[in-house]
Amino acid sequence: MKALKIIVLAKQVPDTRNVGKDAMKADGTVNRAALAAIFNPEDLNALELALQLKDQVKGSSLTILTMGPGRAAEVIREGLYRGADHGILLTDRKFAGSDTLATSYALAQTIDKMKPYDVVFAGRQAIDGDTAQVGPQVAEKLNLPQITYAEEIVNVKSNEILIKRRLDRGVEVVSSSFPVLITVHSSAPDCRPRNAKLLMKYKHAKTVTEIQDMSEDYLDIFQNRSYLKIEEWSVNDIVVDEEALGLGGSPTKVKKIENVVFKAKESKKLTPLDEDIDMLMKELIENHTIG
Amino acid sequence: MANFYNDNKDLKFHLSHPLMKKIVSLKEKDFVDSAKFDYAPVDFEDAMDSYEKTLEIVGEICGDVIDPNAESVDKEGPQLINNEVVYARGTQQNHEVLTKAGLIGMSLPRMYDGLNFPMVPYVMAAELVSRADAGFANIWGLQDCAETMHEFASEELKAEFLPRFAKGATAAMVLTEPDAGSDLQAVQLKGKQISASYDKDTDTYFLNGVKRFITNGDADISLVLARSEEDTADARGLSLFVYDREHKAVKIRRIENKLGIKGSPTCEMVFTNAPAKLVGDRKMGLIKYVMSLMNSARLGIGAQSVGLGEAAYREAVKYAKERVQFGKAIIEFPAVYEMLRMMDVKNKAMRTLLYETARYVDVYKAYTFISEDRPLTAEERQESKKYQKVADVFTPLLKLVSSEYANSIAYDSLQIHGGAGFMKDFPIERIYRDARITSIYEGTSQLQVVAAIRGVSTGAYLSRIQEFDAEKVMPELEYLKKMLQDMTSEYQKMVDLVNEKKDPEYLDFHARRLVEMAGNIIMGYLLLQDTVRDEEFKITTELFIRNGRSENKQKADYIMNSEIKDLGIFKFQN
Repeated sequence: MKALKIIVLAKQVPDTRNVGKDAMKADGTVNRAALAAIFNPEDLNALELALQLKDQVKGSSLTILTMGPGRAAEVIREGLYRGADHGILLTDRKFAGSDTLATSYALAQTIDKMKPYDVVFAGRQAIDGDTAQVGPQVAEKLNLPQITYAEEIVNVKSNEILIKRRLDRGVEVVSSSFPVLITVHSSAPDCRPRNAKLLMKYKHAKTVTEIQDMSEDYLDIFQNRSYLKIEEWSVNDIVVDEEALGLGGSPTKVKKIENVVFKAKESKKLTPLDEDIDMLMKELIENHTIG
Repeated sequence: MANFYNDNKDLKFHLSHPLMKKIVSLKEKDFVDSAKFDYAPVDFEDAMDSYEKTLEIVGEICGDVIDPNAESVDKEGPQLINNEVVYARGTQQNHEVLTKAGLIGMSLPRMYDGLNFPMVPYVMAAELVSRADAGFANIWGLQDCAETMHEFASEELKAEFLPRFAKGATAAMVLTEPDAGSDLQAVQLKGKQISASYDKDTDTYFLNGVKRFITNGDADISLVLARSEEDTADARGLSLFVYDREHKAVKIRRIENKLGIKGSPTCEMVFTNAPAKLVGDRKMGLIKYVMSLMNSARLGIGAQSVGLGEAAYREAVKYAKERVQFGKAIIEFPAVYEMLRMMDVKNKAMRTLLYETARYVDVYKAYTFISEDRPLTAEERQESKKYQKVADVFTPLLKLVSSEYANSIAYDSLQIHGGAGFMKDFPIERIYRDARITSIYEGTSQLQVVAAIRGVSTGAYLSRIQEFDAEKVMPELEYLKKMLQDMTSEYQKMVDLVNEKKDPEYLDFHARRLVEMAGNIIMGYLLLQDTVRDEEFKITTELFIRNGRSENKQKADYIMNSEIKDLGIFKFQN
């Protein structure tokens, strides 16, 4: 079958999985300085499915697209170390303060500029906002069919892709034509490790801005190795209504952030007897703790 | 989320040793590969950065995949199904992840899809994998066979076999036979040359016989030691062959049920007219190629031992901090904290010996490969010889000391766990069993002494010690150097005392004592050099030297009070 052009949307996020006491600032916002910046975990699952698709369909290419500040180029390098072919960093002060609506608008316009493409992968949600909105919004704006909660690529044919979805009470296999947008669930396979050769090949990959800030030691290698230049796009590279970008284009306003400390209000003592365990299970299922 | 490379700063310290500058420049030959390969370094700093970043990948895989799999791999073990060895599921996953990460064939040149890594970062990766799962380290570490083929096989064989490693091919070194353990000269397996008319271009040999205790016996690529010369009985009748599993001419008769390293399959193999190709020249199998393979394998056991020691020490610290007795954590009690400190001291001592030895091997091997392209200058030849000589005597010393240390650290760690350590509930129980093999395979401790005593009798250890002593230290470290100098003159006295008797059996009787005395002095100097580079090693160095000094005094006292006629007291009488 013909080679596919695959795009993976990835986000650099603060690592909220190991939160210490200084994770939040006094004003209730995330203290980004105290938390390591990482590749959003479900975006890594998305990258793995994209790489599997690339492995299956010979000659396919994979581009990582990330929107964020300059340091988000690290996400692109991490992708290159694992098998991505290209990366685009979408960065501009005018994107600052974007909510999911403004973000999905900017991403959709960027993807539109990257036409033709066949599959767009994204993680289900990012661990900083947990909205799970950006992927579906991008699909809507581009008028693409979307498959959410993907767990596995069941099959791929020249005009169709079969995806297994992970749902609350089971799995479902759906198919779609191309182009399609797929958001990937954490139950998909873990992303493959960084490959030593690819790491050595791409460790000097830099955006234009990063090259400008570099010491002169390695400047000459960019002359001979064009693949080391990570593309950097700004508002000027895409067709957008600037009013729909950034803080101005974001109707979502964070009113208040509360630091919730869980406290046991009442406690019950259970004996390890079948009826007590049965009661506990029923209660846990009822309040959706499990199941 | 654990990273076994980043959580141990001693590794970075040893990786950044000053001699690396020389090693990298020899290994990368003025960085010529950077014009041909997109992953080749452009200069020294670039190469070091690549080693470090690659070790971070290794460390991450060890922490996130191999270590969490170790328990189930130990429990499940490999199975023999339809004459095929099927690895435990965790082993399969470990191998797959390491292959995807490009970590098989690390030391091979880039023309064979390798990473062209020197021994130092490769051995460091082996230490990390061993800390995560020492049994799995064997399967991964048998990529050493690739290095042996690279060194000795013909261009055709190299082109055929070497690129398969990067794709995840597994390997085995097939040496031992039922009647030949340490005495490899007794190997019988027959390789008869068939008529040249079969295939004029490639002369194929057919192997018949039984091999035993073969680690990873059902590997994709096997290096097999076999008797190619009829009517011979000694080492000179043995040649080395490469057998490809694709031929399906080997029956795996059984997988041994072992005390430890249970994830690593140990097989009995029956060769029946198995087609194989000759590696290098006939008759050189044992005397040259296997000797080289054994040396790198012994360096590998050094890495395995250091990894095990590190794992055992960390388990002990964790437990001693958590375990409360008599109202306080047991780490507060002198009996426990002394043990813990000395475990760490031993780890650091054997680690510094490991990387020192790896550096020697790196220098002389790099010269060996350079000499294939151009003749070495007189100066280079001399340097290469010097490093080879010292590597040859340091390798058995390393194997001896590190494997014994790994066992003693694992013993102490289990002891700190008390009754809990005797149960299957903690990793130390597995680590303790896994450590036991290190002082047995690739030559027992007793055989390492036989090899290492040459370093005593030729004066090779002493001259290296004198070179160490000539290096300057800061005034505040002079007292440590003085202690080592005293230990050295005591050692010299003992060597003279034993030699004066001119009795080979008497020398054998005291050989281990003399080798271990030299070992204590050598590790003391190496730790002192580490302290010169980083003063954080000072306490370790002082504790090691104080302990070594009293050990050596005890040995010296024993030697001074022993006569040749005493040997008879020990001889077994019915």
